[in-house]
Amino acid sequence: MAFKIIVLAKQVPDTRNVGNDAMKADGTVNRSALPAIFNPDDLNALEQALQIKEKNPGSEIIILTMGPPRAADIIRESLYRNADKGYLITDRRFAGADTLATSYVISKAIEKIGKYDIILSGRQAIDGDTAQVGPQTAEKLNIPQITYAEEITSITKDKITVKRRLERGVEEVECTLPVLLTVHGSAKACRPKNAKLFMKYKHAKTPTELQTLDDDYLGQEIKNKAFLNIEEISLDDLDCDLVKIGLAGSPTKVKTIQNVVHTAKDSMKLEDNDDDIKSLMGELINNHTLG
Amino acid sequence: MANFYTDNEDIKFHLNNPKMKIIVDLKERNYKITENEYHDSDGLSPDDLKPHNYEDALDNYSEVLGIVGEICGDIIDPNAESVDEEGPTLVDNRVHYAKGTDENMLALKQAKLTGMTLPRKYGGLNFPATAYNMAVEMVSRGDASLMNLFGLQDIAETINAFADEEVKKNFLPRFASGEATGAMILTEPDAGSDLQAVNLKAHLDEATNTWKLNGVKRFITNGNAELSLVLARSEDGTKDGRGLSMFLYDRDDTVQIRRIENKMGIHGSPTCEMVFKDAPCILIGKRKFGLIKYVMALMNGARLGIGAQSVGIAEAAYREALKYAKERAQFGKTIDQFPGVYEMLTDMKVKVAASRTLLYETARFVDMYKVYEEIEEERKLTLEEKQEMKKYKKRAGFYTPLLKGLTSEYCNSIAYDAIQIHGGTGFMKDFPVERLYRDARITSIYEGTTQLQVLAAIRGVTSCLFTEMMEEYQSAKVAPDLEYLVKHLKEMKNEYVEAIKLVEAPEDNEFLDFHSRRLVEMAGNIIMGHLLVLDADRDSKFKTIAEVYIKKGQPENTEKFNKIKTIDRDDLGMYKALSV
Repeated sequence: MAFKIIVLAKQVPDTRNVGNDAMKADGTVNRSALPAIFNPDDLNALEQALQIKEKNPGSEIIILTMGPPRAADIIRESLYRNADKGYLITDRRFAGADTLATSYVISKAIEKIGKYDIILSGRQAIDGDTAQVGPQTAEKLNIPQITYAEEITSITKDKITVKRRLERGVEEVECTLPVLLTVHGSAKACRPKNAKLFMKYKHAKTPTELQTLDDDYLGQEIKNKAFLNIEEISLDDLDCDLVKIGLAGSPTKVKTIQNVVHTAKDSMKLEDNDDDIKSLMGELINNHTLG
Repeated sequence: MANFYTDNEDIKFHLNNPKMKIIVDLKERNYKITENEYHDSDGLSPDDLKPHNYEDALDNYSEVLGIVGEICGDIIDPNAESVDEEGPTLVDNRVHYAKGTDENMLALKQAKLTGMTLPRKYGGLNFPATAYNMAVEMVSRGDASLMNLFGLQDIAETINAFADEEVKKNFLPRFASGEATGAMILTEPDAGSDLQAVNLKAHLDEATNTWKLNGVKRFITNGNAELSLVLARSEDGTKDGRGLSMFLYDRDDTVQIRRIENKMGIHGSPTCEMVFKDAPCILIGKRKFGLIKYVMALMNGARLGIGAQSVGIAEAAYREALKYAKERAQFGKTIDQFPGVYEMLTDMKVKVAASRTLLYETARFVDMYKVYEEIEEERKLTLEEKQEMKKYKKRAGFYTPLLKGLTSEYCNSIAYDAIQIHGGTGFMKDFPVERLYRDARITSIYEGTTQLQVLAAIRGVTSCLFTEMMEEYQSAKVAPDLEYLVKHLKEMKNEYVEAIKLVEAPEDNEFLDFHSRRLVEMAGNIIMGHLLVLDADRDSKFKTIAEVYIKKGQPENTEKFNKIKTIDRDDLGMYKALSV
């Protein structure tokens, strides 16, 4: 059984390697100081898609990302890992979107792409940490969703079984297709890039990138080879309600951002004896840290 | 999120050596698709993968090495400790790698890195040996034992060089896809350094017209491999190397793995003792050429790989030592500020740089002659091309044992110093240096001990080949501020020529062999000194390194020269008398 899989992926600033210049004076993220990377959980999602494809020959993986033109990197990186095709949703008019406006545009793009069996996305992105875009997209497409997915244990023509990683254990659930899964960071890490596919796809470009390409040979190559063309989706390609996109469609407003520095206020020294431990236990129970 | 390629600019520096251009132009046949190229086993067309010019090819190497670097930093290195602890196990005649080794191999397979130097038509990447050995260096830095699995790509390459087309078509894609690993099955209980004594029998079974193997092999790295090259005696009644042939064995149940060795280091790599009982196999190339031609080619590739492994382990040990020395404080300051420690750290850094520059110089020589050999299979070479091929084959033959002998010893001394810098802590199993120290030890033993490498290199260092290299290096134009270093190197060379005269004068080979290690080390100091000066000419950061190396090398050479002057031929008698 071949499946059509859509993977939602985001290019994010690498917030795991934050230096002093990571924030601007106004409290917003200084994107130029942080390298742009493939959102880690989305890589876990891509690996799940690749495993489905491996076990079900003929399956197709479509990678869908939304962002500025340079987010085409996400599509290339997915092609290097054996995704089949990619779309970049990019349009200045989408800028300033919060999760609501983003999931609206993504759901419209998915409707345009057409029939699918499974949509996979990371649980959350490391820049906003909302974990909302996946679930909102499922709601807008009116399909069931399984969040916190860690492993797809089985998948057939109309049924999927998924292990969910929850705070206090693991839950196994079953669902009909089509379905949207948000994949947890504890799922299997994504495989490395394939050297051959890298060489095959490294010159893949979006129409926007082609405009600034100053290489006649490559330009001709890309014209000749369909697989070197990454499609862009703009507002004009979608049937969108203008009040639901971009800044206008985003009810989320950032009021203030505080820089919180954790410091230890006071410390207590315990001796290795029963009395000290007993008195600490009493204290913790009294202030409701325990019990 | 570590990347062993991007965190070490020196590898890229060597990849960008201008001498790569001619290699890559030849390797890619001037970037035109030839009739010999066709769709590979992954269904990719030659047009999908072929670079369109030198920059494109170099970018491919660099980016793919970046993928290797990522796998090394994120998967291989973090697994190294558990691989060392767990090691492989033997159950029901099957070898199971440590869990971490399996993970590492899967990642390398998924990334399509298991046939880096094989032609594209067999599923390989058609990379030069230089780029491949950069991958070997990084893998070894992450886990030296994994190099023994990843670094066995020379086996496929040997098949590619000597087998007929049908064998290549049938077997090479299995290496390239990562489905099969390889082994070179040479050593026997009584045939180690002296492979002429190999006794495993090969006979042609008339009934089935198949070659069959019978006998015992020992100390076989990855003996459990799916595809192995076996050296066996095909000519009944012969006693020496001329009775040996090379066979390809596709693993089945006719070979029993009797045990895997319990080793001091490289725990992740299984070392097998194997019993062949009528094991069917395929003759590779011509009968009787097994040792004299094919094994020599195979070993030379493997020795280059050990050079890369030595550099990788040395790099890891140096980094561990530097990190520790910067953190560890005693007497109110970090220990890297004490002369006794910073001298060691600098020596280590300089030795790593010297080893690496020799490694990639050697790899380029190998690439040069191999690419002409490849082209020779397609068309007749011009006289000039033939001369080039011969020239570089000789150079590779000279530099390969020089590299293997010297860098493996450097690697050991660097690992030793790394432990020393850690002090008592380094003697505990708590830090990676302890593993690195154990892993380093094998590099100067397997694929021919240092003592054997020295004997293989001595003909080169006492011949006109050395003079040819000196002329080339000395005449290279370098920046004015480096000329004084070349002057020192010229002095070293003159002293070295005097030493050679002394040793050759009695026309006694035993006397030459006795001093051979000193001579090879002297030559090594001069050659690596020149290479570092050339590096400094391309990038000024190597200037101090070259300076330190030469300033240390010159008195070292003088000391060796004095020893040669002091211990004359008659003194050998004392050494013999005391060694009993």
